Amino acid sequence: MQAQQAPRTLFEKIWSRHSIMQRPDGQVLLYIDQHLVQDGSAPAFEMLRQRGITPRVPSRAFATPDHYVPTDSRDLATMADPEKRQMATALMQDAARAGIRSFDLDDPRQGILHVVGPEQGLSWPGTVIVCGDSHTSTHGAVGALAFGIGATEVCQVLATQSLWQRRPKTMRIAVDGRLAAGVCAKDVILAIIGKIGAAGAVGHVIEYAGSTIASLSMEGRLTVCNMSIEAGARAGMIAPDDTTISYLAGRPFSPAGKAWEEQVGRWRALPSDPDARFDREANLSAHEIEPMVTWGTSPEDVVAVTGRVPDPAAAGQPQRREAMQRALAYMGLTPGTCMAEVPIDRVFIGSCTNGRIEDLRSAAAVVRDRKVASGVAAWVVPGSGVVKAQAEAEGLHHIFRAAGFEWRYAGCSMCLGTNGDIGAPGQRIASTTNRNFVGRQGAGVRTHLMSPMMAAAAAVTGRLSDVRQLMAGGMA
Amino acid sequence: MSLKPFERLDAIAVPITQPNLDTDQILPARYLQKPRANNFGEYLFRDLRFGKDGSEQAGFVLNQAPYRDGRIILAARNFGCGSSREHAVWALHDYGFRAVIAPSFGDIFYANALKNGLLPIPLPEPSVLAMLDTVQAAPGSRMVVDLEAQTVLAPDGASHTFDINAFSKHCLLKGLDELGYTLGLLDQIADFERRFEQAGS
Repeated sequence: MQAQQAPRTLFEKIWSRHSIMQRPDGQVLLYIDQHLVQDGSAPAFEMLRQRGITPRVPSRAFATPDHYVPTDSRDLATMADPEKRQMATALMQDAARAGIRSFDLDDPRQGILHVVGPEQGLSWPGTVIVCGDSHTSTHGAVGALAFGIGATEVCQVLATQSLWQRRPKTMRIAVDGRLAAGVCAKDVILAIIGKIGAAGAVGHVIEYAGSTIASLSMEGRLTVCNMSIEAGARAGMIAPDDTTISYLAGRPFSPAGKAWEEQVGRWRALPSDPDARFDREANLSAHEIEPMVTWGTSPEDVVAVTGRVPDPAAAGQPQRREAMQRALAYMGLTPGTCMAEVPIDRVFIGSCTNGRIEDLRSAAAVVRDRKVASGVAAWVVPGSGVVKAQAEAEGLHHIFRAAGFEWRYAGCSMCLGTNGDIGAPGQRIASTTNRNFVGRQGAGVRTHLMSPMMAAAAAVTGRLSDVRQLMAGGMA
Repeated sequence: MSLKPFERLDAIAVPITQPNLDTDQILPARYLQKPRANNFGEYLFRDLRFGKDGSEQAGFVLNQAPYRDGRIILAARNFGCGSSREHAVWALHDYGFRAVIAPSFGDIFYANALKNGLLPIPLPEPSVLAMLDTVQAAPGSRMVVDLEAQTVLAPDGASHTFDINAFSKHCLLKGLDELGYTLGLLDQIADFERRFEQAGS
């Protein structure tokens, strides 16, 4: 009689199926299903060329430029810096030479890779997905093992379609209960990072579970998994279910016909077995989560918008006190200030965290019939050309423009400013992105992370604001 | 491609007390489009080391006399978190650093470091915090890293052992890179791939 197999997690099911071999030191050579290639990959292609190697399985790679594309036009020539311009050009050339499918800048489907992948049905449950970008964890939302890698590893994947990995530990984070109005996926992940810290999941793959996670749309799940890396996690994932399967059905690169039925059968078997064990567990109650906003220079520096700038004097450890003082000095904030009194200069709605259609809809609902506060520069940068077209079909661009927002083209834009979209020193930005690091949106720029609804509220009030008050005040 | 073999390191340790020092601060994004042939050491900690006018920030540790020749970073937890940019490792390496000691690292930074001749050394947080105190009390203190023995000799004379996977250790000691080894396994990878695709993926 065959021994019954021990209960396995979603992660373990994917890991074991992709293990080509194991080294004596325990590292596993993992097969890579899907390699997403962005326009920072020139060094990796150069490494390949130096070795005289061509990509081994171009059909398992997909490219689109996102980091180095202008968002005020689709004309690369508008980018002043020839080195930056060359990055997007190099990707399109390298992809074409290697036979890697790509959506070039003039393709209406171009966009941020972590938006385009799920949107096009390129990201499948049960697969291993890598990309030379830390926010690759996003794709875990479909039930994939997806993680970011460095340039040398990009080169290795292009050359061998595989990667040596030490087996990460597993962590389940369960969020249960119903989210209140005005509270969304972004607030959930910010609350999680606030609870476990920016290094809280180092060396682990997180599986998000619980009724709150199960009730999130695919867009919301992508937002949650996107920021797994900000908790230090190797990857974040969510078990595929009806939401996942109906999201993927009929997408351009999703399996079709008989293959669809076969794949769905596999996907249904992926969720963690009921008695599967995780190395660590954490829990949150949805009832405790309010609209969140960061006050410092790490995503773990986060409070409810109803809260105040914390006082370093109250910190237990001297190291923590020093870090808080440094962060507050950079952010130009005084302990005890109400978060909802902090004035802002700019608003950025977009990025691989919050550049999807649902994000734009929720922001537009707040902005509708209101005006951007005087002196505030507000941008919407859709996550992809497809998101942009959908939003325009729904008339969202009219709402944003009527309020005084700039409606721009898809790209990473002000999330990290590699294309030149940056703020001026000292400017304070309400941003739907993923990192409030020092200098992230430009040298000396102060970033407050929040949800699209909260960023919209900041835009129309000119300060960090509790979006729930605007909703009570007559939002349709 | 071969790297220089990693040798026993006896060097000044540079204290970085800030936890969560992310790769954006190690290497700001505006240098990411520079070709690898550049000396990325020039851009290391650029906005911490230099003011907007290009002048040195006297308060930053690398601009202080005993630390300019440092070859070991001694850092607080979660060093190298954030962006996957390998340029952060290139910057540390090009500047002359060969080892980073910290209680924990960003996972991607850790992997990138091992592939570029920069040894990441995880040690328990209380030990690292004690070392930070010692080094700050006596600027210019030296530490010894012995990869062969997997030990760090702290300025107070205490020896700490650290973990590293055997393969990465071998590669670092011999100056080998992983890709060369993996390219030798292409037949096995192709076999796996055939079975994997037949099974319907």
